[in-house]
Amino acid sequence: MLSRTASELYWMARHIERAENTARMLDITSQLSLLPYRQMEPGQSWAEPWAIPLITTGLATDYYARYSELSAESVLNFLVSDRSNPSSIAACMNAARESGRAVRGSISQEMYEDLNLTWLELQSRMERIQADGTSEFFDWVKRRSHLFRGATFGTMLRDEGYSFIRLGTFMERADNTARIVDVKYYTLLPSLDDVGGAVDYYQWSALLRSVSAFEAYRKIYRDTITPVRVAELLILRDDMPRSLHACMNEIYDILKRLCEADSLEPERLAGEIHAQLHYGRTEQIFTTGLHEYLMAFLDKTSQLGQEINDHFLVPSLG
Amino acid sequence: MTATFFDEMHAADGSVRAHYRQFDRWLSTTSPARVAQKRAEADLLFRRAGITFAVYGEAAGTERLIPFDIIPRIIPHEEWVMLERGLKQRVHALNLFLHDVYHDQNIVAAGIVPQEKITGNTQFRERMRGVNVPGGIYAHIAGVDIVRAGAGQYYVLEDNLRVPSGVSYMIENRKMMMRVFPELFAHERVAPVDHYPDLLLDNLRAVGPGGQANPVVVVLTPGAHNSAYFEHSFLAQRMGVELVEGRDLFVKDCVVYMHTTRGPQRVDVIYRRIDDDFLDPLAFRADSMLGVPGLFEAYLAGNVTLANAIGTGVADDKSMYIHVPDMIRFYLSEEPILSNVPTWQTSRPDDLAYVLDHLAEVVVKEVHGAGGYGMLIGPAASKAELEEFRERLKADPARYIAQPTLALSTCPTFAGNDVAPRHIDLRPFVLSGRHVTMVPGGLSRVALREGSLVVNSSQGGGTKDTWVLES
Repeated sequence: MLSRTASELYWMARHIERAENTARMLDITSQLSLLPYRQMEPGQSWAEPWAIPLITTGLATDYYARYSELSAESVLNFLVSDRSNPSSIAACMNAARESGRAVRGSISQEMYEDLNLTWLELQSRMERIQADGTSEFFDWVKRRSHLFRGATFGTMLRDEGYSFIRLGTFMERADNTARIVDVKYYTLLPSLDDVGGAVDYYQWSALLRSVSAFEAYRKIYRDTITPVRVAELLILRDDMPRSLHACMNEIYDILKRLCEADSLEPERLAGEIHAQLHYGRTEQIFTTGLHEYLMAFLDKTSQLGQEINDHFLVPSLG
Repeated sequence: MTATFFDEMHAADGSVRAHYRQFDRWLSTTSPARVAQKRAEADLLFRRAGITFAVYGEAAGTERLIPFDIIPRIIPHEEWVMLERGLKQRVHALNLFLHDVYHDQNIVAAGIVPQEKITGNTQFRERMRGVNVPGGIYAHIAGVDIVRAGAGQYYVLEDNLRVPSGVSYMIENRKMMMRVFPELFAHERVAPVDHYPDLLLDNLRAVGPGGQANPVVVVLTPGAHNSAYFEHSFLAQRMGVELVEGRDLFVKDCVVYMHTTRGPQRVDVIYRRIDDDFLDPLAFRADSMLGVPGLFEAYLAGNVTLANAIGTGVADDKSMYIHVPDMIRFYLSEEPILSNVPTWQTSRPDDLAYVLDHLAEVVVKEVHGAGGYGMLIGPAASKAELEEFRERLKADPARYIAQPTLALSTCPTFAGNDVAPRHIDLRPFVLSGRHVTMVPGGLSRVALREGSLVVNSSQGGGTKDTWVLES
């Protein structure tokens, strides 16, 4: 297929996934911000909850270039409706629709209509955030993302285009889950000594909920929530749909299909990252240091993104 | 005033014409509330499906729906038979003319078209002389504008031989009518139009370079911000071919390739929806960002087919229009089946004098204009506009032609919740390649403002479904 088409499909999927993840993160942040932190853990320098989404997304610098103070209202504005922030939910939905429109012949009509309807509803939804409540808005964003994924799964030909959509989804998701796990450890726990210490139930359940893993955790472990298990669940378990391992399973599978003799590097790199997760153990992660482990992972996936870009999406003149 | 116009549905005495009786029965027995609800539903469906067009001159990314009117324009079977024969005859002759223009120019030798009208035409491409295009076909896709005037006679208003658009609306309008009013089709035998993309693909495949059996066909679009982008992607999808932009293509050793995820792939036939001027910055406008450097050389080398061919504009401008009936006589030795609208050539002093004297009664058009821009409708113009055009005509008379203000036929159309007559035209599409073929129908455009004669979507026109009744 056309490289430009592959690129638009890949980025369309990434933008939808990013909008969903941002909505998840903000939803949890809203809930956390209602908890009486400081009183619960006296003496601990908990991070202000509204800083978390900025640190997770790596957008703190951009934020402070626009806003002087940290406030719920400003963070929500910046990450939901600010179109000058290319990672805001509104900008992501817009970009996804623009991509879909640019290649509407390559996706099913149901998919395009779904994207278009999201875009048409977005403005009125954003205007009603105050009235409806933020949770309702974030639920709507998640629902739209689910619907689109469902329309894709249910109607799209399993061709190369489908592979690039899936690739975009999992590349974005892997990146997001790694950031969420990392930031929770580092911002919620001031030092590594606290890992595994007395951590508030709500913070852990919030972390799990933000990646729809709370119920799964209960089902699998039937026990209290501990950091080691959370790390295992969200990094190493391949039956958790948002875990790093599950994402890399998909990515590696897709690249094995897409790569040919002259484009083996993306496949090799994906295989390398996948093997680490496939054969990894939690002990080893904590020995390395969770943060260091996740940084190394983000570094490798970013390299992989570059390889995908160079081999498929933006080819040099032939 | 309405009495002076031919109405498609009602005869002069107010009775309903035979081919509209079924529809009239349906309309008069269906509750207004249901009709209103269905109209709203159609609007919603068009918007959800993103069947919109971009408007130039408005904020970037502005998209509008073309208003859709649910009362169809119905054409009786026998009238269509005549129209189809006339259109095929006309397009056949135009293709022969284009071949002649770029080869021996017999028509000039025969004294029918003056030499300077060809070589002096800005749309004439000198480098196309002597180039043999596959099958001798230049205008693979023609969108011929037809109006009905006076007592109901059909006239050809314009031959669009460059990149005519609108065919996707013809198909989508039908789909919408069948979805929203399925009961209408149970009683009427309406000829289908949905197979147009199949015919188009078949014709494009027939003109591959060197007559190869299975050429790779693509649709070339200026991009998502072009006003007709929906149509480009619609046709590519329905034909099952790639929709490419200029940046997706490159030329190497006079062969055209597209960038794909599996490396370069050769392209054989390009259904281009970009004007000549923007196709190749090396050959035409150097500032074009839409084109493909080297495309024209590849084309001249016979390694790729462009549909439509380069240089078709010489045959569809308004100064050449007046010669089309004679072209039909000259190339086909037949009498033209369809008439031209009488036209004054303001480049002739006598005609200019007449037009200047009767400016308030005539329509003045730019010879190379399109889309309803830059025209004067005398009876509707203000004094200032008339004076402005008078000066423009005097300054550059060859730039214009004039025609009588035609009493365009009307068709009942929803205006708010009422039904009132509005002026309409018709653009059928004629395909040439393997054969000259058409689907029975076309795009009917309607001027939604009362009394308006301008049907272009860029000027506030709407569309209707067009029904050709089967016998």
